[in-house]
Amino acid sequence: MADTMADTVTTQRLRRRGRNFGPAKVGLWAPPIALLAALVGAAYLGNALLGQRAFLLPQPHVVLGKLIEPKTAPDIFEALGNTALVALVGLVLASAIGIVWAIAMSQARWVERTLFPYAVVLQAIPIIAITPLIGFSLGYDFPSRVVVAVMISLFPMVGNTLFGLQGVDRSHRELFRLQGASRWTILTKLELRAATPAIFAGLRISAGLSVVGAIVGDFFFQRGTPGIGALIAKYSARLNSAELYASVLVASLFGVVIFLFFGWLGRRAVGKWYDFG
Amino acid sequence: MSSTTTIASDAMPATDPATLLDFRDVAMTFPDGTVALSGVDLTVKRGEFVTVVGPSGCGKSTLLRIASGLETASHGSFELNTDRIGYVFQDATLLPWRPVQANVELLAELHGVPRAARAAKAKEAIDLVGLTGFEKHLPRALSGGMRMRTSLARSLTLDPEIFLFDEPFGALDEITRERLNDELLRLFAEKQFAGLFITHSVTEAVYLSTKVIVMSGRPGRIVDTFEVPFDMPRDPEIRFTGEFAELVGKVSHALREGHR
Repeated sequence: MADTMADTVTTQRLRRRGRNFGPAKVGLWAPPIALLAALVGAAYLGNALLGQRAFLLPQPHVVLGKLIEPKTAPDIFEALGNTALVALVGLVLASAIGIVWAIAMSQARWVERTLFPYAVVLQAIPIIAITPLIGFSLGYDFPSRVVVAVMISLFPMVGNTLFGLQGVDRSHRELFRLQGASRWTILTKLELRAATPAIFAGLRISAGLSVVGAIVGDFFFQRGTPGIGALIAKYSARLNSAELYASVLVASLFGVVIFLFFGWLGRRAVGKWYDFG
Repeated sequence: MSSTTTIASDAMPATDPATLLDFRDVAMTFPDGTVALSGVDLTVKRGEFVTVVGPSGCGKSTLLRIASGLETASHGSFELNTDRIGYVFQDATLLPWRPVQANVELLAELHGVPRAARAAKAKEAIDLVGLTGFEKHLPRALSGGMRMRTSLARSLTLDPEIFLFDEPFGALDEITRERLNDELLRLFAEKQFAGLFITHSVTEAVYLSTKVIVMSGRPGRIVDTFEVPFDMPRDPEIRFTGEFAELVGKVSHALREGHR
């Protein structure tokens, strides 16, 4: 059967795309590693050239040293833990609210018309401007930090989920309608399944944003258990540049790890039917 | 069991029990004023395989959408004497996240058939379309022809008394299309369903059907009907005979006339 042959060829191609070992991998990673080496070199050079103002650009090994130094390391990692908790709670809430919000909008045109402008407003609000207001009404502790994280990470969840739900093929909907499927069945067996790639793409963006939100919240709300944002503010005020760089580095790496983790989670959740980025 | 939809309350003559699908003076005007169909009379009886050919945009698909209940005719009456309808779309409309087996099970699943029963039903349908061994493949790993077979298998699980086909093989290459035509004839002989098949290929129409209906351009009207005299089951070689060519010629001529 010629069909069978075509099938085998496709499957092999899919497999090959899935795995990428060997020389190709080295070629893939060499350029960014070279760039990193160049940047590290530039930092040492800058530090040497700055002379008396060398504290503006600490040497990379000094920065890394702060991450194992008993005096600073526990502070940094504890703060990171607090920030991670705020970001995680914020992300869970943003995902739940965002998905429910999008489902509500996908069910009826009038609901979408009523609610969508507010999603846009939420996205357009300069979060920095509204942050003091949140502290003013909710206090300067954990809840306020979570609210900031939710507000900043909500829109991608709403927008992506809605996009995914509405992107279902008309013929797929008709296939279900012809069998007299209920709205609930269509939502659970068709729309949400079809929307998983979009939802997980949104989740990956929101995860990064919730970390940003948690850090921004920290900057403003320093009561309770301060996170990495509060620590950055403190080091910055005291001109502890190596500590400052170390905290920023940790916060950035955390953001990258979150992004990679949700990319991995997305590929796991979506499965092989869609090439999730 | 029968479900009947009557739009106009005109006095209706008693229906022949062999009639599965009956359109009387059906017209369709869309809300935007487009007249898609006008004065269509068409019946499909048990044992018949009726093909509708017409230029694109003549409303042939609308006819099927009315028959399946996806649209309601704006005028005339339409009767469907079965609730076991198979509907095959222009593309395979498989759910890309479901492997072949789960895709074929979908309709039975939507009708609440228990897991074991629907798995058995799907297995049987998969065998029937020659896809045994591909149960675990995702649609993206299948060729266009295999996807269409999966789609056919999915409809077969409902044991349809009438099959509605909306240009199902239009996007396939000639070789695959011809092979699927043969498979369809085999299934038709084996399963004894009636068919209403929409296509714009005259050869396909004549080869598959017991009756060919020619529609005009928009608004679609029936301009001619041809009974196809060849016996079932049909020999694929029949396509190369003079009689076949002659009938194809007549249908093509009617199509050209109607399009003017």
